[in-house]
Amino acid sequence: MYATINEANAAVIAEIRRARPRLVDVRPAGACIPVLAEGAVLMHAGPPIAWDAMTGPMQGAVLGACLFEGWAKTTEEAEVFAASKIRFVPCHDNSAVGPMGGITSAHMPVLVVENAEQGNVAYCNLNEGIGKVMRFGAFEGEVQTRLAWMRDVLAPVLSATLKRIQGGIDLTALMAQAITMGDEFHQRNIAASALLLKALAADIAAGEATDADKEAVLRFLGRTDQFFLNVAMAHCKCVMDAGHAVGEGSIVTAMTRNGRDFGIRVAGLGNRWFTAPVNTPVGLFFTGYSQADANPDIGDSAITETFGIGGAAMIAAPGVTRFVGSGGFSDALEISEQMREIYVEANTTLQIPTWDFQGACLGLDARRVVESGITPVINTGIAHRLPGIGQVGAGTVRPPLACFEQALEALAAARVAAA
Amino acid sequence: MIRARLLKGNFQDSVTLMVLSRDLSALPEVTRVSVMMGTPANKDVFRETGLWVDLLAEASPNDLCIVVDTESDDEAVADAVAGEVRDRLANLAKGVRKARYPVVRSWRRARETNPKANVALVSVAGQYAHGLAREALESGMNVMIFSDNVGIDQERDLKTYARDHGLLVMGPDCGTAIVGGAPLAFANRVPSGPIAVVGASGTGIQELTCQIARRGMGISHALGLGGRDLSEKIGGISAETALDLVAADPATRVVAFVSKPPAAAVRARLLDRMAKLGKPVVALFLGDRPARRDFDDLHLARTLDEAAALAVELAEIDALARDLPRPTGRGIRGLYTGGTLAGEAAALLAETLDLVRDETHAEGFMLRTEAHRIIDLGDDVYTRGRPHPMIDPFGRNELVHALAEDADAGVLLADVVLGFGSHVDPAGELARAVEEMRAARGEASPITVVATVTGAADDPQDLTAQSRKLEDAGILIAGSVRAAVLLALRLLSPPGVASGTPPALLAGPASVIDIGLRSFADDLASNGVDTVHLQWEPAPEGAERLRRLAASLV
Repeated sequence: MYATINEANAAVIAEIRRARPRLVDVRPAGACIPVLAEGAVLMHAGPPIAWDAMTGPMQGAVLGACLFEGWAKTTEEAEVFAASKIRFVPCHDNSAVGPMGGITSAHMPVLVVENAEQGNVAYCNLNEGIGKVMRFGAFEGEVQTRLAWMRDVLAPVLSATLKRIQGGIDLTALMAQAITMGDEFHQRNIAASALLLKALAADIAAGEATDADKEAVLRFLGRTDQFFLNVAMAHCKCVMDAGHAVGEGSIVTAMTRNGRDFGIRVAGLGNRWFTAPVNTPVGLFFTGYSQADANPDIGDSAITETFGIGGAAMIAAPGVTRFVGSGGFSDALEISEQMREIYVEANTTLQIPTWDFQGACLGLDARRVVESGITPVINTGIAHRLPGIGQVGAGTVRPPLACFEQALEALAAARVAAA
Repeated sequence: MIRARLLKGNFQDSVTLMVLSRDLSALPEVTRVSVMMGTPANKDVFRETGLWVDLLAEASPNDLCIVVDTESDDEAVADAVAGEVRDRLANLAKGVRKARYPVVRSWRRARETNPKANVALVSVAGQYAHGLAREALESGMNVMIFSDNVGIDQERDLKTYARDHGLLVMGPDCGTAIVGGAPLAFANRVPSGPIAVVGASGTGIQELTCQIARRGMGISHALGLGGRDLSEKIGGISAETALDLVAADPATRVVAFVSKPPAAAVRARLLDRMAKLGKPVVALFLGDRPARRDFDDLHLARTLDEAAALAVELAEIDALARDLPRPTGRGIRGLYTGGTLAGEAAALLAETLDLVRDETHAEGFMLRTEAHRIIDLGDDVYTRGRPHPMIDPFGRNELVHALAEDADAGVLLADVVLGFGSHVDPAGELARAVEEMRAARGEASPITVVATVTGAADDPQDLTAQSRKLEDAGILIAGSVRAAVLLALRLLSPPGVASGTPPALLAGPASVIDIGLRSFADDLASNGVDTVHLQWEPAPEGAERLRRLAASLV
């Protein structure tokens, strides 16, 4: 028991700093996440949610998973099955995270990220690329074909490749390099994705798969700019879980959204979710779409902002800063400076050249959010609100302040109870 | 109606184009605008979203496609949109650069970002100014409060706290200050120099600093006080602090002070402080009508331009006198051939030193005290049986020679009157007499000679040549009798030398936390001042309880 919240927070931050996640394997989710082996179970993004309450993209992804797992042959069958037979559990309760809908089933492959220091493991599914993809709620045709290829070709090749690399990939080192190359790891991952491919390429080539499969894998990794997003998410989940294990203090260890509710967890408040209705992201839209098509905020990817990258490191990624508004770099600078108000420390490992080599933000403090009234900025893709259409834009969103206010009240109550 | 325009060979990244599409879609004449590069994938998007026109088939991936959906039949709408795209891309390329300084939202972050900050510039609504100023003072910063509508009790609280902690509060309602070259709020870009301006009036400070600059002189600092500082209730707390600061500042050689007339009780204390400042002070109490205007090194001016002129004159005299040795003799000797000149010198000396003038003018003495003597050599005593000394300098030369035996004489004041009727070479005569007298006194007993020249450029004696003769003889030339008297006094009692280190606030350009008006921070930053803008907002309704709770949980 720490004497003060500040001391507890220092301990949480020390654990976060100490964590050393490594990408060691890619495996079927059901083989490493026990709950998925318990029959018709799906993991989803955000705090707990029932089928009826899910928004379009998540429902679409659920239908896609039903087809993928062979629980249904048609969309109609899938809808009936989803509404009656499936148990839904949050990724976050199972050491996992998933972008957008976050729907993950037993036979989908997941990245396995092991913490070399504290020993905990985190999982995240694999990025499917852009266009019609399951995470944004598309579920038919090419989506199913790609998911099958990822299961049958991409995952085994990556698994075999990672096993050839002693100790796997040191993600801390890779990200330290990528942030100097203009990634903030949420909206932009092109540098990190390239660095990962660079680290894997020779061992992919040296592997036992057929030339055609190896070529397909290399081409896929080569064109999937956001491949590293899911890796970064697993990294962040791994690190934040290590911090959460301290079990005290006011540092936020998870932020996530299920399309209805925004939920946060705080190190000193166990696995309780503090939730409030989500906002809808505002941003730029692809041709033919507008703000009216935007789905409310969704996905576990805000784990990046929880760690202090993504929107909190907007200034690192000049290439995408204009998503914050039309103002460009100076607006991004102002956003990042604003984030400094609510994060306790700077991450000396992730130095940002465009910010005079200041470290990225670290240690989001619920107290500071309430005291300042400043909520974190989250960079996000924007899903179409209807299932089956996919991504229609990208932008930013803020969590509702109420999540942090509830957490603060709970911290105060815990303080009174302890005294 | 869908219309398209192509900008050939104009590649732009997709984020730029998404921003453009969004912004241009908001134009009044259009339903929507889509701007994309002419790649095959983008052409498919145009087709799928009902924005296809055949012109787009010509577009290469390097061509910018502008598709305008409009209800208007007018082709000009599409042309206007295309023109707008071109303009905006051009502006983007030029880049409008904003001044770069950190913007923060809390005191904690402001202090972290600029730990050296020594001035908080507060321009929030008056009701919040006291709280913020107090917070700044408690974290050891000086404060300038631009805001008005701050209660006088609050002002007193702030200023008392500041005085007890060695800090300065400028304001409330303080419009102008320049601290170490940093322009705070309303200020002009004036050169740096030896004059400090202290004032309770913002525009008064601005006008004074500008008048000083216009006269070729510069400003060390300008410190504001706020309009109520010299009231009885506040008691001139900030005025005293500001005077102490500039007194201790080695860069400040002269002080100019401007305000409304102070409350009676404050006035006496303030004048006393100014008189003992150890530096020349020019004070202007606007609308005041004092009987006496010169008190040793304190001079009361009546108007802004007079105050500026006098401050500049004192600064020039100071610069001149700094390089001159201090005379060993303590007395002033005035040997004037012109009676009015003698009279003015005597009057000025008498007023400044509070001496009694010799009203009898016996033996031509316009002033005769133990220390100082001013003589009018045109007096009847000297012209009986001989020509006027302006025609024949013999009589004055005699008296100059006599100073060889007058060890108490430290400064000789004299006039050189040119023009028709005067001697052909009065400067040469004076120069020779001075040289002979100095030789007789010897090097151990130097005497400073200050002359005024009453002459016009076209006078028969040649003004330039006459002036040179004086200079060659080591005679200083003053621009007026007043300047001559001031110089003499300055030489005889030089100001106390401020120690080498200036007070912390004045040691360099202010380092500022700006709270309130953003434009002040813009100006500070563009002048190279270390600036942090604290974007402060009052807590929203109902947030107070939770904010306090958050602050209390440590």
